[in-house]
Order: sequence, then C-alpha cells, then structure tokens
Amino acid sequence: MAILPSTRPSETSVAAAIPSTYGVETGVAGTDNASDGQGTLHSTLPHQAQPGAGPDPVFEVRNLTVRYGSHVAVRDVSTEIARNEVTAVIGPSGCGKSTFLRCFNRMNDLVEGCRVEGTIAYHGVNVYDPAVPPVEVRRRIGMVFQKPTPFPRSIHHNVAYGLRLAGVRQGIDDLVETALRRAALWDEVKDRLNASALSLSGGQQQRLCIARAIAVEPEVLLMDEPCSALDPIATARIESLLEELKGRFSIVIVTHNMQQAARVSGRTMFFTTETDEHADRHVGVLVEHDTTERIFSNPRDERTENYVTGRFG
Amino acid sequence: MSAVSGPPAASGVAGFPFDTRARTDLRLRTVATARRVRDRFATVALCAALVVAAVPLVAVVVVLVAKGARWLGWDFFTSDIPRVTGRVAGACEGVDAALREKYGLTCGTPRPAMGPAILGTLLSTGLAALIAIPVGVAAAVYLNEIGRSSRTARAVRFLSDVMTGIPSIVMGLFVYTVWVVRFGTAGPSAFAAALALACLMLPIVVRGTEEVLRLVPDELRHANVALGGRGVHGVLRVVLPCALPGITTAALLAVARAAGETAPVLFTIGMTYSFNAAPWGPNTTLAQQIFEGAKSGDPLANRLAWSAALTLVVVVFSLSAAARFIANRYSTRLGG
Repeated sequence: MAILPSTRPSETSVAAAIPSTYGVETGVAGTDNASDGQGTLHSTLPHQAQPGAGPDPVFEVRNLTVRYGSHVAVRDVSTEIARNEVTAVIGPSGCGKSTFLRCFNRMNDLVEGCRVEGTIAYHGVNVYDPAVPPVEVRRRIGMVFQKPTPFPRSIHHNVAYGLRLAGVRQGIDDLVETALRRAALWDEVKDRLNASALSLSGGQQQRLCIARAIAVEPEVLLMDEPCSALDPIATARIESLLEELKGRFSIVIVTHNMQQAARVSGRTMFFTTETDEHADRHVGVLVEHDTTERIFSNPRDERTENYVTGRFG
Repeated sequence: MSAVSGPPAASGVAGFPFDTRARTDLRLRTVATARRVRDRFATVALCAALVVAAVPLVAVVVVLVAKGARWLGWDFFTSDIPRVTGRVAGACEGVDAALREKYGLTCGTPRPAMGPAILGTLLSTGLAALIAIPVGVAAAVYLNEIGRSSRTARAVRFLSDVMTGIPSIVMGLFVYTVWVVRFGTAGPSAFAAALALACLMLPIVVRGTEEVLRLVPDELRHANVALGGRGVHGVLRVVLPCALPGITTAALLAVARAAGETAPVLFTIGMTYSFNAAPWGPNTTLAQQIFEGAKSGDPLANRLAWSAALTLVVVVFSLSAAARFIANRYSTRLGG
C-alpha cells in the first residue's frame, strides 16, 4: 500500500516505520465501494482506508458512524488527523462534514437523537469512552463555529471565560493578551478591552472567538466553516492567522471553499454523499484523505477529481 | 401625439406593460384608481382605529388628573388616612375661631392623605416580588434549559398557563383559607397579601422569563459547551446575563400587575389607617383604599379614592419607567 509522503520533512525518514495497524485497517475497512474504482489502485485501496496523517496522529478515527435517529449521516469513517497541521474537510452540502467535525469534541451529544458508533482515539483514549466526561474532552479540544458567537459581554470577559472555566484565577489579564495577540486581534482591541464584544466587526468577532478558543491552549482546534459569514478581507485575515497557528495547534477546518482548503491546509479530506439503498436519503462517506497538493492535483478517486475540478457539487 | 410634452391629461390607467408611451414616461400614472382608493381607505381606517384605541387611554388619564390631582401634596404622601370624615367636619360647625384655636380642633374638611396605603402597596408588592421572581425565574430556567420537552416540564408549563387564567379573587380566597384563617387575628398582614400577590405573579414571571430565555441563541450555549463549560455555567454566566433585560421586563410586568390588584388583597391584608412598615399586622394598599373609598357615600372618601387612583397609576408607571430604564441601560452596555 502507498504511504503518502509527509508534508513535514522531518518525518519522511520515519515513513517506513508506519504502524502496522494501517495495513490492518486497509484490509478490514469496507469494500462496499470498490466497484467505482477505475484503476487497480482503487480496487485494492478502499476509499475510507487511506492512512490519513502519517505517524503520530492527534486523532485516530476507527469505523465512525453517526446516526440522527434512523438516518445515517456519516458512515464508517476510519482515518487519522495529523498533528500540528491544518486538515481541511471538503465536500458537497449534506455530506456530513460538520457532523464529522462535531464528533471530535462531542458536540453531537447536544443533538437529540444523535448516536455515534466507532472510536475516536485521542492520545490512545476514546473520546466516547464512558469513563471520559464530555466536559474534559471539550476543554482540550477547542471549537470555532460558523457564525461568530461572542458572548454579549466585554471583549476581555469573552477571552477570560474559558480560562475561568478551566480554573485559572491568576494572571488572567496576561493570558487574555497572549490569546488576543495570537489571534491577531490585540492591536485592534487593546484600548477597549471592556467594550462589548458585539461592537466588533464580524471578522473581529470571529478572531475573538478564535482567541477565546485558544486561550486555554487546547491541542486541537476545530473550525466549522469559520469564514462563511465573513467578507473576503476578514477571510484573508483568518487564513493568515491559521498559517501562524498551525505550528502550535492541530487544526481541522470544514470549508465549502475549495480555494480556501487549498490555501490553508496541508492535508485534505474529501467527503461526499452516497444514496442509501434502503431509504432515499444521503449518507456521508469519506472518499479520500491525502495531502492537499495531491487531492487538488492528482486525486486517486474520480469523485474527488470531479469535485475539485468543479464538475460536481 | 408627437414627442412627449408634459404629462398627458389621460385619465385612468395608462396600462404600463403594453403602452409604450407609459413605459417611458415616469410622469404617467399607471397605478389603478381602485388600488389608490383602497390604499387611501386603509390608511384612514387604521388612523381611525388608532384614535379609537387612544380615546379611553387619554380619557382615563384626564379624569384621574382632574379628579385626583388637586389633593396631592406633601401631606398626602406622609399623613395617615383620615378616618372618620363626616364627624370631623361636623364637629366644627358653629364653633368660633377662638374656641377652635383653644381646643386644637381640626376644622373644615380634613385634607385627604394616603401615606399608609402607599407604604402598604410597596411593602406587599415588594414582598410578593421577592417571593415570586426568584421562584419564577428558577422555574423558567428549568423549563427552558433542563426540562425542555420532558413530561415534568410540560406539566409545569400547563399548570402555569392554568394559573394565569385563575381569577385573582381565587388567589385571595386561597391564601385567606390556608394562611389568614389559620393565624386568626394575626392572620391579615402585608405578608399574607404578598402570598396572594405572589401566586398571581408567578405564572407571569415563569412564562415571560421562559419566552425570553428561548430568545437567547443556542449558539451561545454551544459556545459555552465548546469551551468546556457545564450547563450550570451556561445558565449562570451566559444565558441569564443575556436574558436579564428581558427578565427584568417580565418581572416588572408582574409587579405592575400585582400592585394594582384589589381582589387578592381584600381578604388578606386587613385594614388600617396608619403607617405599618412591618410585614405582619393589618395593613392597607392603594387598590384597597380605592375600593373602600369608591363604595362609600362620603364625598371625602370619594375624593380620597380618586387621589389614591392617581397615586397608584403614578406608582405603577414609575416602577415601569424605572425598570425599563435599567433594562435599556443594561442592554445598551451589552450592545456596545
């Protein structure tokens, strides 16, 4: 099987020492979709089984299936999320990108009727383990939403909120400043930290939400279409911010914007919808997970190619 | 017709889609006459409805001010309620000025005063608010944040709707039976009245607060959860602060409603004509004094009732204005 070259040079040398589990996964994972593979590579490498992220992934996803009631939203996803990289999740509407993303910090727990099967291992511990309190998961894995969601309080209060939840009592002002600097917002707000967060522009609000999320130093930052409500200038700011953050955090970003995925991410996952045989409903499946360069220049799967070249979706 | 020269005198509709002349000449009227008439008619009808709605409102204020304002003064708010009106006036008949001076007789018609009733109104309503608002807000938090569509929540919601419809006199009788009768002569008090008023306020606070909590966007709750907050953090630090202006308004509506209630007070507060700042012991409210004064044949009592009515309206209005002011200030701060 093919092991993809890591985007980080330091890891190319370890590429040979891929954990054997990858091979096992490839052999085991669903072959239900082998028929649509065009070349030999496709038939031997089922669509969900490509090793996602090289060695030392931050998340290992195994056979993840998400249901809303009786409807399967995401089916049998197995992959990894690379550490300290930006992983983009792309795909047409309704393919389960956001649902997939919200599994990592258990936000789907809030959705009534949502059931998650399979495992997501974070440092070897399944985030869905009954012994793991969801609150602990979310304190380590930050999230930024589609629309900016600042609390209608002061700018300072917004960033300090997570810190206070985490039990930080001293040095909050310094940590707030650090987070705002990292979110490239400090210079714009340093003179009005006590002003309402709602007085900021949409782009500033979104950077405030990023500052709020990274203030508690999570290892992972999940972003659910963080720029879809922003204008191009604000979007460019967020994208350059991602560039600065990626060495410090592992970032998973869902985006509708393929150019954005190509610009900001080192790796890309392509999801698409398949029609369920039993009901006339769409099921999200992971088609391909590879380096962004490969996904956009030479994808393995025809569906990925059709999508990224704009022939579909 | 040659080139366009001023708006044609054509009457009626020019038929815009098909008439090439109308298509290019903006001065031509193409809106059907019938439509313009309907538009004018609707405007007039709506304005008329506004006037009709405003008449009773303005009339009430005018009559209240005309009948009640002339007795208002410092004494009105600080003195005891004149008790036996007729005799005081009669006692002075035929007594000359020197004798009156000598015996210190209060002569002529005593000036109306409502001090104790104002205090009693504030006391009983305030106590009722202290009981009903915390309980009501807590119940609303349960309904919207925890219970949602559970069976308990639906039952509470239903009961609270039923409670809204219960006539206020029933609340008075209820408290009279379970509290006033039980404690005999110590029964009637501002506290007993507050219990009855709290029963009245509770459903208003619960449903009003629930509506406001529902308006707090789920995104904020999710943001709290995504930051590792528990539900209780979300309620205390996100949802309630966001909803505070709305909750204040809901609570205020309930307070204003309770301040003007007569029926729950009639059986529960007893009657007094002098100041009683304690929650125990007989007390009186403005609404009760209006009731007593209006049904009395005595002209002074009638005048008292008018003045009490005006005072009550002013008290309720200033409560509303104060709370609205606070709510506005707070929300402006939030909104930047």
